[in-house]
Amino acid sequence: MDAKNIIICRCSDVTLQDLYDLFEEGYTTFEELKRIKRVGMGPCQANTCGKMVQWEIAKYFNKPLEDVPFHNMRPFTMGVKLKAIKEAAEDEE
Amino acid sequence: MKNKTLPKQADVVIIGAGISGCSIAYNLAKQGQKNIIVIERDYLTSGATGRCGAGVRQQWATKANCILAKKSVEFFENAQAILDYDGDIEFKQEGYLVIASNDQEAKQFEKNVKLQNSLGIPSRVLTKEEAKEIVPHLNTDVVHSATFCKTDGHLNPFTMTDAYYKAAKRLGVEFFTYTTVERITRDADRIKAVHTDKGTIETSIVVNAAGGWAKEIGTMVDVEIPVFSENHEILVTEPVEKMQGPMVISFSQNIYCQQTPHGAFIMGRGDKDMPKGHDVSSSWKFLDEMSKTVTRLLPPIGELRVIRQWGGLYNMSPDHQPIIGGAKQLPGFYMACGFSGHGFMLAPMTGLLLSELILGKEPSLPMEDMALERFDGKAIRELETSVV
Repeated sequence: MDAKNIIICRCSDVTLQDLYDLFEEGYTTFEELKRIKRVGMGPCQANTCGKMVQWEIAKYFNKPLEDVPFHNMRPFTMGVKLKAIKEAAEDEE
Repeated sequence: MKNKTLPKQADVVIIGAGISGCSIAYNLAKQGQKNIIVIERDYLTSGATGRCGAGVRQQWATKANCILAKKSVEFFENAQAILDYDGDIEFKQEGYLVIASNDQEAKQFEKNVKLQNSLGIPSRVLTKEEAKEIVPHLNTDVVHSATFCKTDGHLNPFTMTDAYYKAAKRLGVEFFTYTTVERITRDADRIKAVHTDKGTIETSIVVNAAGGWAKEIGTMVDVEIPVFSENHEILVTEPVEKMQGPMVISFSQNIYCQQTPHGAFIMGRGDKDMPKGHDVSSSWKFLDEMSKTVTRLLPPIGELRVIRQWGGLYNMSPDHQPIIGGAKQLPGFYMACGFSGHGFMLAPMTGLLLSELILGKEPSLPMEDMALERFDGKAIRELETSVV
């Protein structure tokens, strides 16, 4: 299948070909890819694409998977409304 | 990034590949300087640049900040073409709406606008009704009045830095990421070498653009820089349809909040109880206070889902204005630090001025107000108060 037609990150609409192009430009770590292309930065927070990105880096650069650092995971694991956080904070007061 | 072998010698070593380091590298190379190396501990924009609120503002309270910001905006307006960038720097000029919450703040802002106008910045004072026309979901019950500058706006920190990086690389600058500076050796009056975990580079010129770690780099050469670092937290929501043009900011209510061209809202605030240091972790306290503040000032934003929060370092100087210049006691040691939370938006001028100084040219602006020596046993002349 053509890499242009393989969607890696659904939230930010990043294809496998986009990753290949970035690898060729010299962006070789997950953290760099995230910042240039928003891969893994959408509502799912890389819960869908994270492992695939890590795997593609490993394959492309012929490295063992364990030598490819996963991206730095930050809160939250799922989206929460600001209003809900505010109400919860006020309930505790 | 694929790293080559570190060279044994360089004419200039820049420490830090945030926006400041990349701008300095580009400006030096563009004026003909050869043999420039940029050393970065992690990756491009891994420090304060990549953690900032992506705002570009000219509405400041001090002359130096106003001029630096205005001239930087003039560069950003043409940056895509000047740097011949193939990506998108996402510069959006839809203004900053600065909220005054009370009489006292409104009076200070009137003074600020006078200063800004005298320097050619097109800001103006608005009633709260006029402010609501620009941001219809503004809760005017908690607004006294506002100021607005239509040429302020948003800029993507990652792609803007990438644009400088690529332009600098084309001019021959070499970047070494994932490389840590461990120490710097010097004689009585000159720098000898920069020692990293990947090898040693002999050089007589070092530029300290280390952001949150600028003080520590200064300590390596016995130059005391009166700055400290402090965590400022920030969050981002899911992307939604466009609903807000300008950045909305309030110093008294402690909030900045804007919608990026991509659709997500970015918002942040400071914490006066935050300890000094290099911690950039995320807290519940921030989340609680941020959601209370934003739902009060901009109620419909409460319906949006937060997808991520993080922290980044403000490198604070005593007067909240940057230190851009050389160290008198050590020729060859230059610094661009102490930006106090607004280094990203000033980077074009940081790069231009410091490169002119390094190359022995007459700087485009007088630099006394930015010199390290302004703090030598002297009282603060002019304090920047417009900081979140």
